[in-house]
Formats: sequence, structure tokens, C-alpha cells
Amino acid sequence: MDSLTLPRTHYANAEYGLRSWLLTTDHKRIALLFLGSISAFFLIGGIFAMLIRLELLTPPGDLVSDDTYNKLFTMHGIVMIFMFLIPSIPAVFGNFFVPIMVGAKDLAFPRLNLLSWYIFITGGMFTLAAIALGGVDTGWTFYTPFSTHASQSNVMLAAVGVFIMGFSSILTGLNFIVTIHTMRAPGLTWFRLPLFIWAIYATSLINVLGTPVLAISLVAVALERAFHIGIFDPAYGGDPLLFQHLFWFYSHPAVYIMVLPSMGVVSELVAAFSRKNIFGYTFVAFSSLAIAVFGFLVWGHHMFVAGMSVYSAMIFSVLSFLVAVPSAVKVFNWTATLYRGSISFQTPMLYALGFIGLFTIGGLTGLFLATLAVDVHVTDTYFVVAHFHYIMVGGALMGYLGALHYWWPKMTGRMYPDLIGRIAAVTVFIGFNLTFFPQFVLGYLGMPRRYHAYPPEFQALNVLSTAGASILAVGFLIPAVYLLWSLKYGKVAGPDPWGALSLEWTIPSPPPTFNFDETPVITGPAYAYDQREGQRA
Amino acid sequence: MPDAASESHALHGQPPAILHEPALKHHFDDLAQQKEAATLGMWLFLATEVLFFGGLFAAYLLYRVWYPDVFGEASRTLDITLGAVNTMVLICSSLTMALAVHASATGERRTLMVFLVLTMVLGAAFLGIKGVEYYDKFAHHHVPGPSFHFEGAAPERAQLFFSLYFAMTGLHALHMVIGLGILAVLLFMAWRGRFSPAWHTPVEISGLYWHFVDIVWIFLFPLLYLVDRHS
Repeated sequence: MDSLTLPRTHYANAEYGLRSWLLTTDHKRIALLFLGSISAFFLIGGIFAMLIRLELLTPPGDLVSDDTYNKLFTMHGIVMIFMFLIPSIPAVFGNFFVPIMVGAKDLAFPRLNLLSWYIFITGGMFTLAAIALGGVDTGWTFYTPFSTHASQSNVMLAAVGVFIMGFSSILTGLNFIVTIHTMRAPGLTWFRLPLFIWAIYATSLINVLGTPVLAISLVAVALERAFHIGIFDPAYGGDPLLFQHLFWFYSHPAVYIMVLPSMGVVSELVAAFSRKNIFGYTFVAFSSLAIAVFGFLVWGHHMFVAGMSVYSAMIFSVLSFLVAVPSAVKVFNWTATLYRGSISFQTPMLYALGFIGLFTIGGLTGLFLATLAVDVHVTDTYFVVAHFHYIMVGGALMGYLGALHYWWPKMTGRMYPDLIGRIAAVTVFIGFNLTFFPQFVLGYLGMPRRYHAYPPEFQALNVLSTAGASILAVGFLIPAVYLLWSLKYGKVAGPDPWGALSLEWTIPSPPPTFNFDETPVITGPAYAYDQREGQRA
Repeated sequence: MPDAASESHALHGQPPAILHEPALKHHFDDLAQQKEAATLGMWLFLATEVLFFGGLFAAYLLYRVWYPDVFGEASRTLDITLGAVNTMVLICSSLTMALAVHASATGERRTLMVFLVLTMVLGAAFLGIKGVEYYDKFAHHHVPGPSFHFEGAAPERAQLFFSLYFAMTGLHALHMVIGLGILAVLLFMAWRGRFSPAWHTPVEISGLYWHFVDIVWIFLFPLLYLVDRHS
């Protein structure tokens, strides 16, 4: 490995200076712009999370006032969902690897891609301004009539920020769909595509079809708040439930915007680190599309106790159960892929295995919530909080960290210390479970969410949860340190440090500006590990 | 690099000479692929637009079903003549836009410019007539807000109708204004002789956008103006 050297020129050193980054149209550089921005936003959202957990260390509301607490959980939600999780994997790893994995020189619309980043930053500035000027307290869901009439906080600024950032994810999704449709290399048929591409494709469909509805609902909220036009106001014959329908029409599919890309990453990781073709490739590919389609039909399960018709609730409940089918297809097929594979437990694989376990818990507790009678008992309790953190942190974030550790050597050309990486991965896993598993119990015992004080009998479990959050924070800080360290001191990785097979591993690390010297011609399936092992023997 | 290019051109059945086409971006193999990408991109964008307007259409549907009488009453105050004339104006602008696309495909630069200008004139005429209608709403206190006034059984619900009227036609008018901006850019590009029968994708996909905005109005007109005129 010592004989490996970095390529003399690559995408990151082809040009120098701030201008060459801020005006770049290279998808790989734009990916790094996104990586930097969302890492900063993740830090901000994480600080809010730690403040929430610190407040909940003791039963009385002693650290912050109730108003401040409302703002903390609102801003934690807005920052983590709209500014970190939704852009995370697509905007960073999708941007970097979709063109490479389909054998193209760039995305179909490079300038639009750069525009996406500027739109994202502009929207982010509005939201940060809302935070800096005193915060927002409506919850990330902007429910009316609180957001339109009662709230005295910076609802307008935050809503405008989220509205603007929505166009960034629409444009990124549009760019991916067009690229995957029109720019695949010769011989790269749909069923030879890596499963990461299928997942990004499904995600992009949701981005393109769902986000505009969020945008128009936020416009309506802004109009209602500014001019009291009555659209959600019962005093004028308007219906607050209409807002919830429109909001969740986007925001439930948004859960899949966050978790589907991670599922794609896990497919890549499971294949690469067990040296096997993905079991049931076609089923895994179509399950991504099925999740995207079903995901649009289940939003009502967020409104079971909101006063919706009981017949609607029954239909939404049944449809919600259906989403479990394609999700289970994925989990079973990953497990079947692992069976008799030659598994190596390197850092990215640990995150993938963590994802499979935690996503399963998150998904199964989702079925509890889709069950009408159980939902009435646990709705708006910490059970819900624990459930969606198992999906968003245990699922989406684990996939993001897995992707970061898997592709880091390709993006930077250098390896991080794998042992410390594995220690960090285990720390994250332990810290995560210690934080959120007690919350399932708390919720089941009846502790409601969104209060800054609670009865003393809940303290023991809350102390466990806060202790877990501290461990989790350490688990996130360790990679930040060693990844930055590796930029200068890491071992040179070479083109294919993992022995993985997809197209990105055939080009130098870091890749040249136009990715491929020669347009590749694809002759076989994405994960032909079985054939290669045969050749080696 | 040249090897790769000629190889993929061989696959797409294009002569290598097309490499010299100035409009070809470096990351596409050939103009056909570039055009396919641009066209698909515009269709996808229009899909997002359908969903964007869809939120307001859903709100309209809900309240129209809940309050059919009030919505009918409020709808009858709209000027059906101006609305019908505007519908004609927009349909004509779609025709001139289609003719502009045809002229760009056949390489008639002057004809292209004439039809682009005609489309812009018709678009501006639409906005002008819309402005007259808006002015009328202000004059009759039909604009939602503190000074709203409506003679009828349920003025607050009539206000809901006018809120939706302004939101929907306002969003549509905003799209018209953006469309006029796009047409101005196309006109400038046509004047500089940038389009050829081999490459006129911007005219084509802008045409798609213009027709989409037209079609939105085709739905808005009956929903807002005609909904209670059957008797």
C-alpha cells in the first residue's frame, strides 16, 4: 500500500482560490460545498438537541423557560430536517457519485446544480436569521392556527427559509432524474445500475412531486399570517385540518426522502463488505420505487387524533401497514445477502449493520403507531419521538455516516484510521440506543412530548437518555477529528481501498475533473463479486 | 478523450463533425442527448408546477364543496366578458408560441422574432386586462382584508372565495410575468442568431412552459368565472 500515490491533478486541485469554488460547476466540488454547509447546520441542530436533553435531566423546568424550550425543539427540528437530513445524502453523495456511477462527466444541468447550492444557502440564511432574531416556537410542523395567529415568534422568516430551501431539493432531484434517464454510459441498462442510484432516483421523484406542495402550503400560511385571508381560519369558514393535510402530503414522504438514500447506501455497503451480489437485486430496486409511491398515500396517519373522519383514518391505517412490505423486502434481502458472505467489519460496514438493526426497530414501532387504537394511547408521547429518531438517526444518519466513511477515501484520496473509526461507530451505536430506547418506555408510560417539565417518576429514564446523548455527541465528534486529520496525514487510499466493484472505484482517488478519461462501456451487472472471486481463485 | 467521443458518437449514429457545434456542452455526447435531457428536465419542472398549483386547487375544491352557494354568489360578481376575452387572448398567444417554435425549427429567424414579439404582446395584453379586473375588485372592496365588503348572506365565506381567487390568479399572473421574461431572453438570443434548425431547444422548452401556463388558466377560468353560470 505504501507505493500508492495521489494523482498529480484531480478535481480538488485543478483550480485554486475561493472563486474557483464559489463559481464551480463541477458536481464533485458542489458536493463538497454541500458537505461543508450541512456539517455546520448539523452542529447547530446538535447544540439545540443537547440543550433539550440538559433541560430534561431534572423534572422541574429549571435550565430554560417554557418559551425557550418550545423554541429549542422547534429549531432543532427545522435545522435537522430541512437543513441537514433532507439535503444530506442526495446533495453530498448523490451529487458526487450519481454522475460517476452512471459513467457521465457531470450532472445533466451543472449550472442548475450550483444554483441549488446557492438557493439552499439563501434559504438557510433566512432560517438562521429567524433563529438569531429570537427563534421560532411553532414546532417544525408550523401547525395552524398557532403559526398563523397566536405565535409571536419569527414564523414568517423561518417559513420563507424553508420555502426557499425547498426549491433547492426540487432542482437537485430534477437534475438526478434527468441524469439517470439520459446520461447512462453505453451498456449501463437500468438493471445494471447500482442500487444507490435506484434509491436516489426514488428519492428524487418524491422531492420533485412532494416539495411543491409544502411550498404552496407555506405560502398559504404566510398569506394567512400577513393578511388573515381566512384559508385556514374557521372564523372565515376555513379549515385548519386542510393545512395538516397539505403539510403531511409532503412531510410524510419527506421521511422517505431522508431514509431512502440511506437504504441505497446500505445496499452498496452490504454488497461491498460481504463480497456478494445483492440477493434479489430487482426486488430491492423496485422496493425503492414502491416506498416512494406508497409513501404518498399514508400521510393521514399523522392526523389520527386531529379530528379526521374515522373512515379516512382506517384507510390511512391500512395503507400505512402496506409501506412495511417494501421496507421489509429490503431488510430481508440485505440479511440474505449477508448469509454466507465473506463479511469484513470495517467502519462503513458497522454503520450499515447498525442501520439494519435500528431501522428494523424504528419500522416496527411505526406499525404500532399506524394501528389506530394503539396510536390513540401513545400519540404525542415520547414513544413517537423515539420511533422517528430510530428512523431518522438510527436509519438516515447511520446511512449518512456509513456513506461518509465508505466514500471518504474516494473523495479525498486518503484513508482515515479504521480502528478509531470502528470505535466511533460503536460509540455512536451505544450512545444512540441509550438516548432513545428509554424514550420508548417513557412514552409508553405516558410522558408527553414538547414539555420542559415532567413528573419526578420519569427522571431515571430521562437521566439515562441524557447520558446517552452525551455519548452520542462524543461519537459524532470523533469522526470529525480523524476525518479532518486524514486530509493531511491519512494513508494514501489508491483507487479501490475496499475492493469494491462499482464504477467509482475504477477511477483515481480523488477523481479527475471530468471523471473518466474514456467513457466506460458496461458489460455486466453492478455487483459481480461472485464472478470476480471465481476469477481470482 | 477524442477516442471516447467518437466511440459514443458511433453508438448514437452521429457524425463526428457535430463536435464543432458551439451549443454542445462538454458533458454531453451529442446534441440529441443534450436536447433529450433539457426536454425531460422541463417536463419534470412542469410536473412540480402541477403539484404547486395543486395545493391551491385542493383548497378551492374543499371550500367549493362546503360552500357552493356562497361561491356561486361570489363568482357571479366576476366580469365574465373580460374573463372570456382574456381566455381568447391566451389561447392566441399559445398559437403564436407554437408558430415561433416551428419557425425556430425551420431556421426562419425573422419569422421567429415576429412570433416571439406577438406572443409577448398577447401575454402583456392578458396581464393588462387582468389588471383592469383587479382594479375593479379594489373599487368594489372585494379584496380580502380589513376593508372587505360583500353584500350577501355569508360575507366571510365570500372572502374565502376572493382569497382563493387572488391567490390562484395571482400565482398564475406571476408565472405569466416570468414567461414574458423568458420570451425577452429568447428574443434577444434570436436577434443574435443563436438558434439553428440543429439547435433551438430553448425555444422548444420555453414553449412547453408557455403552454403550461396557458393550460392552468384554462382550468382557472371555469372554476372561478363559470362555476355558477349554468342557470
